[in-house]
Amino acid sequence: MTHALQVENLRVSFPTGDGGLVYPVDGVSFTLDRGRTLALVGESGCGKSLTSLALLRLIPSPGRIENGSTILLGDTDVLSLRGEPLRKIRGRRIGMVFQDPMTSLNPVFTVGDQIAEGVRAHFDVSRAEARRRALMLLQEVGIPDPAARLDAYPHQLSGGMRQRVMIAIALSAEPEILVADEPTTALDVTVQAQILEVLDRLRDRHGMAVLLITHDLGIVAGRADRVAVMYAGQIVEEAPTERLFASPSHPYTQGLFASIPRIRGPIGRLSPIGGSVPAPGAWPSGCRFRPRCPRAFEKSETMPPLLPVGPDHRMRCWLAERERA
Amino acid sequence: MSPLRHALARAWRDPRGRAGALILAAVTLGAMIGPHLLPDPLAQPCVLTCRDLGPSLEHPFGTDDLSRDVLARVATGGRISLGVALLAVALSVTLGAVTGLVAGYLGGAVDTMLMRLVDAALAIPRLFLLLLVLAVWEQVPVLVLVLLIGATGWFGTGRLVRGEVLRLREEAYVRAAEALGASRRRIIFRHLLPNTAGPLLVAATLGVGDVILLEAGLSFLGLGVQPPTPSWGGMILDAKAVLVAAPWAGIFPGLAIVITVLAANLFGDALRDAVDPRGA
Repeated sequence: MTHALQVENLRVSFPTGDGGLVYPVDGVSFTLDRGRTLALVGESGCGKSLTSLALLRLIPSPGRIENGSTILLGDTDVLSLRGEPLRKIRGRRIGMVFQDPMTSLNPVFTVGDQIAEGVRAHFDVSRAEARRRALMLLQEVGIPDPAARLDAYPHQLSGGMRQRVMIAIALSAEPEILVADEPTTALDVTVQAQILEVLDRLRDRHGMAVLLITHDLGIVAGRADRVAVMYAGQIVEEAPTERLFASPSHPYTQGLFASIPRIRGPIGRLSPIGGSVPAPGAWPSGCRFRPRCPRAFEKSETMPPLLPVGPDHRMRCWLAERERA
Repeated sequence: MSPLRHALARAWRDPRGRAGALILAAVTLGAMIGPHLLPDPLAQPCVLTCRDLGPSLEHPFGTDDLSRDVLARVATGGRISLGVALLAVALSVTLGAVTGLVAGYLGGAVDTMLMRLVDAALAIPRLFLLLLVLAVWEQVPVLVLVLLIGATGWFGTGRLVRGEVLRLREEAYVRAAEALGASRRRIIFRHLLPNTAGPLLVAATLGVGDVILLEAGLSFLGLGVQPPTPSWGGMILDAKAVLVAAPWAGIFPGLAIVITVLAANLFGDALRDAVDPRGA
């Protein structure tokens, strides 16, 4: 069966000052199906944003996607495209919602113009028709009084409104896949929930596939169908959301859960994970979480593959073998 | 209200900006309607008795050594000088903007090539280049003068715009437009160009002052606007011969140059502060 999106062994390299290469995304694989949400979770610097940019071939220079990586969009091999065909999948097949609605809108255009731009980049329609669709999109993302907002400049809108506009722009070319890169990080908690509800509603109504990129496990629960946890350029654990929340298996995932405050249950101290994510290029040999891992053992000195720990549940840790045995 | 209109409104609230704008408007208006109300700037009402007359009611700025009305000539000369300046600046700003946008956004080999071209061009003294061409090409038409001044004046603007674009292309909204499938041309002209409008407008305003001075200098050397067409620089050249007998023939066009250039610079400075308040 073809998936809406299939990523295999994605590697992104950047040259270092001394002529070497680092791989901030190092062998990432996942699939995404229509009407589903996959959450890609990880700390800053784990490579999750670069992964999303790679889907549209927007890796900033001088970075590049390594040979041997595969990105299939339905039947389209994204990595073989150049020029006009590549431009045509941007926005049209994959829509992107960026993290910071304050800077992702062009300050010199009205939001109506910016939404209409996406419509006109992919459909041969008149200005009036593009404007009409822009109005409908504003309505769809739940902006009150959309007709008046159409002629507003970005600085005249609140952060939540701007993020809704960003979503409307991402939807303007009716993509099959919506990639939302930290869509709520810059927003108040109350507004966060509203924005996430908009995304859920749109996914269900249009049967889109959603790739939700976040550092916040809290917004994943009850929203994503699957979760992939990233650490140091790799996926370290992947499972259906309920299963991952019920039995997080990788020591890193367990560490993430241990550092979230709980509403129910006994009150104890939070236990954050010691240390911080090593920079690409400074990754240890073997398992990359080894230096911070409370359960590291001899075998951690060789890099583990993704090993099964349960039905549809895999992790990049040798403990999987031990627990199964 | 768009950011550019905000900047213009801020410049208008600045006393320098308002004074500059009002003076420029007055000079432009005078240059546009003056020639229709005033005597013919080429007319010589009488040959002997009307030469070198001092300012009077009939001739507020006096007459020159050929008995022509100096006020009428300042107004008509203003039309020429301002016209040359505006057209030449429009040309150089366009060339500079396109070069800077293309070099800055595309980067790589295109950028290197264009910027080395600009480096080379900036190494040639503009005035001497113009002097050379104009000295060889006698009786140069005004339109050619405009083209020459415009074509040699865009290098700085090109660099300025490129620098702006290098900064702007890292902006999230440019990335967002790319992710939306906007074409290169669209990103350059719809996203980058309007965001450089502020600095471009500043460069253009200050450029008008520069070009007025340049054209006046060339005309003063007899290489710019050719007689009998009046221009401010050319009038000062003519007045040089009668500096003692009829100083007004040189003073008034000189004042016109000073006032116009000063106004352009005042407005340009105010606009610069309004476009980028951090630099104020």
